[in-house]
Amino acid sequence: MAWTKNVLRVNLAAGTCMQEPLNMDWARDYLGQRGLGTKYFLAEVDPKVDPFAPENKLIFVTGPLTGTMAATGGRYSVVTKGPLTGAIACSNSGGYFGAELKFAGWDMVIFEGTAPKPVYLLITDGKAELVDAAHLWGKTVWETEETIKKQHQDPQIRVASIGHAGEIGVLYAGIVNDLHRAAGRSGVGAVMGSKNLKAVAVRGTRTDAYQIANPDAFFTAVDAGKKALAANGVTGQGLPTYGTQVLMNVINELGALPTRNHRDVQFESAQAISGEAMHEKRPTDGKANLVTNGACFGCTIACGRISRMDPGHFTIKDKPQYQGASGGLEYEAAWALGAANGVSDLEALTYANFLCNEHGFDPISFGATVGAAMELYDLGILTKEEVGFELPFGSTEAVVKLAELTATGEGFGKVIGLGSKRLCAKYGRPELSMTVKGQEFPAYDGRGLQGMGLAYATSNRGACHLRGYMVSPEVLGIPIKMEPQATEGKPAMLKAFQDLTAVVDSSGLCLFTTFAWGLSDIQPQIQGACEGDWSEDRLLLVGERIWNLEREFNLAAGLTAKDDNLPPRLMKEPAKTGPQKGAVSKLDVMLPEYYQLRGWTPEGVPTAETRTRLGV
Amino acid sequence: MRITLKLFASLSVHLPAEVRSRLRVELDVEPGTTVAEVIQRQGIPEGQCAIVLVDGVWLAPAERAGRVLSEGEVLAIWPPVAGG
Repeated sequence: MAWTKNVLRVNLAAGTCMQEPLNMDWARDYLGQRGLGTKYFLAEVDPKVDPFAPENKLIFVTGPLTGTMAATGGRYSVVTKGPLTGAIACSNSGGYFGAELKFAGWDMVIFEGTAPKPVYLLITDGKAELVDAAHLWGKTVWETEETIKKQHQDPQIRVASIGHAGEIGVLYAGIVNDLHRAAGRSGVGAVMGSKNLKAVAVRGTRTDAYQIANPDAFFTAVDAGKKALAANGVTGQGLPTYGTQVLMNVINELGALPTRNHRDVQFESAQAISGEAMHEKRPTDGKANLVTNGACFGCTIACGRISRMDPGHFTIKDKPQYQGASGGLEYEAAWALGAANGVSDLEALTYANFLCNEHGFDPISFGATVGAAMELYDLGILTKEEVGFELPFGSTEAVVKLAELTATGEGFGKVIGLGSKRLCAKYGRPELSMTVKGQEFPAYDGRGLQGMGLAYATSNRGACHLRGYMVSPEVLGIPIKMEPQATEGKPAMLKAFQDLTAVVDSSGLCLFTTFAWGLSDIQPQIQGACEGDWSEDRLLLVGERIWNLEREFNLAAGLTAKDDNLPPRLMKEPAKTGPQKGAVSKLDVMLPEYYQLRGWTPEGVPTAETRTRLGV
Repeated sequence: MRITLKLFASLSVHLPAEVRSRLRVELDVEPGTTVAEVIQRQGIPEGQCAIVLVDGVWLAPAERAGRVLSEGEVLAIWPPVAGG
């Protein structure tokens, strides 16, 4: 069996680390990672809990394929109640941490309570202990990782930690592992900080941590899967060469690139901050921003960007720590730091992204919040006196300065650290917050892509592109091409995407495999690794069950159908330019059908029949 | 008549070297020229044309031979790419 069947329960208040058996009945119903972590969370936590209260829990959880030879099988998730949204938060990360946790013999770590003083958890195979972190508190993610490795004289320890942003409660603080891989969204790092938990450090050397149920079938399926990834144009060539950043020009040409806090849908300087631009040699030093691509554990795609900035750039001239190669811009970060604010300096965006990695906060929510602040400034609601400097759209200096201030919680950075919803409410213009359930939109305009609008409105963790990536059918033609402005068939396609995504997110695999793989490629890998029946039908049922479980949490937390909504701008202000000119979101047309397909009442509540069918 | 051809990602190698970094070139074509003819003329492998947009509107593979370009239109092409 691909589960280790071991759960580590850490009581931070009591300072205890206890081993307990994994609930295999739940594993059979929820698979692992996102699904299984959410099941445990719902069973143990009152949905109305204050996200920063000791009663909130924080769960690090792997999937059955994490740490196996399945391509991309290195993912883990962090599940908690999110401080940004008040909804379920589940944030997924790659790198090498998840696989290491599995090699140490653990499927899951549940943190409960709050430590009386800063600590970190050190796991060495079956041994787990809480260690004083007084010397680490206040340090960056990068310093923390280096210090822990040196302290224990083991460079192979994998570390997931928070930076200053998580310590001071930036509401979109993330948890960063392997220097620049992150469980980035929804503020899971802020919850970790509220628990005085600085880091989780793990070293796993066990070769018997888990068993593959049927090795012959598993390796046959894994081999076929890797060949499919290599042969596919997207996963074999497009993603490794250009990364996700290649989308910048695609989405801009299509007229769905949110620009200047969604005032516009096309950015005149998109090309300057695109994946192609990262390959271009700079006139200043003759070198390209992109150094190489990078891969997470077991990944044969390698979409990651490793960048080196121009050492003469004004942001890092006297700062050698930023002059080496590190995690570069992905599409979402480049959009949020750039187009969302009208900023086109690729080097400055790279620097701001380095800061997000170093200090542990989500570039999407940060950049989008700056965009909202720039609009408030443009309208004269925010003043130079209040901010401390000028804040017009297009100001490179302002984005950089605010990234520095948000990281440390100084000056106006304190307000930016609260996110767009609270910022706009504070200044009396809540409608200018480009959020759903309090979480900022990623890089696709819900007017230009109708299915993405529905995906944002219904995402259980607030606005998110990774819960049902309708960009695939609406832009890329995967698995079929759907017209961006059409509404017909979108609710059904979205439901299928959401359920399948929940399966992938619960398996230990990366969602990017689905550009090449369908369920028929994934199913034999899960079936080979795990005992029991994991037919395609059963997996889709598991996915649907997970989606509904998350929904049940949100409803119990106090969210309602009114929260399945988009900002007025997307519903009423037509797209100004490009091929989607004149479009507004037709959410009101799609949402009732979506509820019906889900087996929910018109108020968005799962019916008794749906609950019985899914066993939720 | 004049159209704009934009070639992105790895397809930019099919642009003249002096404009490659701009990812676009203005082309003079005969009236009646189709999208498929431009693709062929520039030597772009058809199998590499995964996303084809004319003024931002998707053109399916089967429509490319019949789609006649008009003065001032922008033809944009990508190889298989994706993101997230």
